[in-house]
Amino acid sequence: MSGVSWWLSDTVEMIRRNLIHIKRTPELLLDVTLSPIMFVLLFSLVFGGAIDVPRVDYTSFLMAGIFVQTIAFAGIYTSVLLANDLQKGMIDRFRSLPMSQSSVLTGRTFTDLLRALLAVAIMWAVGMAVGFRPTGGLLPSIAAIGLMLLFGFALSWIGVAAGSVVRAPEALQGVIFAVVFPLTFVSSAFVPTASMPDWLAWFADRQPMTLVIDAVRSLTLTGEPGPAAIPAILWSLGFLVVSLPLGVWLYNRRTTQ
Amino acid sequence: MTRAMIEAVGLHKSFGDTHALAGLDLDVAEGTILGVLGPNGAGKTTAVRVLTTLIRPDAGHATVAGIDVVRQPAEVRTRIGVAGQYAALDELLTGLENLLMVGRLYRLDSRVARQRAMALIERFELGDAANRPVKTYSGGMRRRLDLGAALIAEPPVIFLDEPTTGLDPKGRLSMWELIADLARSGTTLLMTTQYLEEADRLADDIAVIDHGRVIARGTASDLKRQVGGERLEITVDNPAFLGAARLVLEALGSGPSHVIEDERRVTVAVTAHDGVLTRAIRELDSAGVHVDDIGFRRPTLDEVFLSLTGRPAEETVGIES
Ligand SMILES: Nc1ncnc2c1ncn2[C@@H]1O[C@H](COP(=O)(O)OP(=O)(O)O)[C@@H](O)[C@H]1O
Ligand SMILES: [Mg+2]
Repeated sequence: MSGVSWWLSDTVEMIRRNLIHIKRTPELLLDVTLSPIMFVLLFSLVFGGAIDVPRVDYTSFLMAGIFVQTIAFAGIYTSVLLANDLQKGMIDRFRSLPMSQSSVLTGRTFTDLLRALLAVAIMWAVGMAVGFRPTGGLLPSIAAIGLMLLFGFALSWIGVAAGSVVRAPEALQGVIFAVVFPLTFVSSAFVPTASMPDWLAWFADRQPMTLVIDAVRSLTLTGEPGPAAIPAILWSLGFLVVSLPLGVWLYNRRTTQ
Repeated sequence: MTRAMIEAVGLHKSFGDTHALAGLDLDVAEGTILGVLGPNGAGKTTAVRVLTTLIRPDAGHATVAGIDVVRQPAEVRTRIGVAGQYAALDELLTGLENLLMVGRLYRLDSRVARQRAMALIERFELGDAANRPVKTYSGGMRRRLDLGAALIAEPPVIFLDEPTTGLDPKGRLSMWELIADLARSGTTLLMTTQYLEEADRLADDIAVIDHGRVIARGTASDLKRQVGGERLEITVDNPAFLGAARLVLEALGSGPSHVIEDERRVTVAVTAHDGVLTRAIRELDSAGVHVDDIGFRRPTLDEVFLSLTGRPAEETVGIES
């Protein structure tokens, strides 16, 4: 077998390991199941009546925001899972084996892609139950999901980089909250940016979460990619191109010390 | 001479100001066991981590099965099995799942991996626990499973870092049997330990290391000759007798005696067993020394260090959890 097929079979082995972990500790899925359900229900039921958005029903507007927020958290959460692994002895075993070493990381990020897909499926169903109408059609909806997963995958690699540096996984949780929460609120996730003060709207309109959210919203609701789609893809690819090699490098540095 | 399956020349490795390895030289001939004996902090784990490609040395050169560990780590990894000081197992996977995963990552065919995993589970008496997550295992079971993971690909070179530290006497004995089996199968093995008895029992050759350097090297009997074989130890019933007891023992032993006043104890190294005990009892009696306890015991690592370096092993030699 060639290098690529070894890498692939080792990655599958690592995904299998991660899935067994999930099976044995289902709590590992709470962040991509319970939390997004709560968000969908709380925002649509509590704020739905108070917030007016142009042209569409608030729940339909809201869903793109909740999708991307959940994907962003799930992506960055990779760092916690990796940091946990690094604290235990298993990585030493992997490093003494004639396996493809990068598959430890690709196994991690691909598993987290599966987690993100599960989250989207659950939110989609719950959203439909409370009034989400993806009127854009099937193909644009699939394209929207593809874009979200690409964005989440890129963030997973930022998670790999962060998880390789940090020694205390618990501390990471706090940092993730402190960074991702403000970014989702200062975006078009829950309200149109036009309702913000000018200076804040200026930032909100240009940050990557808004771009991804706007593209997903446009695709799912109108079927058109809209002006945000290209910048959203470029941001995601940009994150990936930088964070993938950086993550691999930081992981190697951490484990060969 | 048989070829060296493990060879290290002048290895250096520092962590900040700590010189964990300070010019370490080792060689292990094919099919033999080298016991690397040293107290906590001597550099044993660091040496194993360099030789198993986990960390790079700052200077020096090492080969395993003739392959350079720094330049061709991937090649080295196909030929080694490692059981580290702390078991490297996945806590959430079962014992069987751990072995299968490691087997497949060694590129064994799935069927072969399963056959070998089942055989190892049988041989290591893990049958009842094979389908339970490792987090439910005792320390001894973890160590055995970890050794199983090191053996599943039947690599020609095995590294064991303190394989019995922290085990109860029963666990230690069963681990010793497994290691002795390995030795008979012709595997080349490097094993670290803090226990002279363990090295004596299992290893063909012993390297004593201290501060990242080898300070003595030879067979167990060479080493015992150097440190003066067994100890004759007596406990007197009154500290007043210590002086007289000391004179008697020094006349019988092969070196200076060692007195521990608080415990009313005198120890001396002896080279031969024959008649020493009866002579000691007779002469102590005629010197009017009242003895509480008398007997032979093997030298401890501390005494080996005392004889070799003229000072005690610096860090406490204790059982880690
Ligand atoms: N990763 C590390 N960072 C800092 N110091 C270390 C590290 N690993 C080992 N040391 C130090 O190097 C010395 C040798 O350690 P080690 O090889 O673990 O000894 P042993 O296994 O014989 O107990 C000790 O002083 C230890 O504290
Ligand atoms: Mg050690």
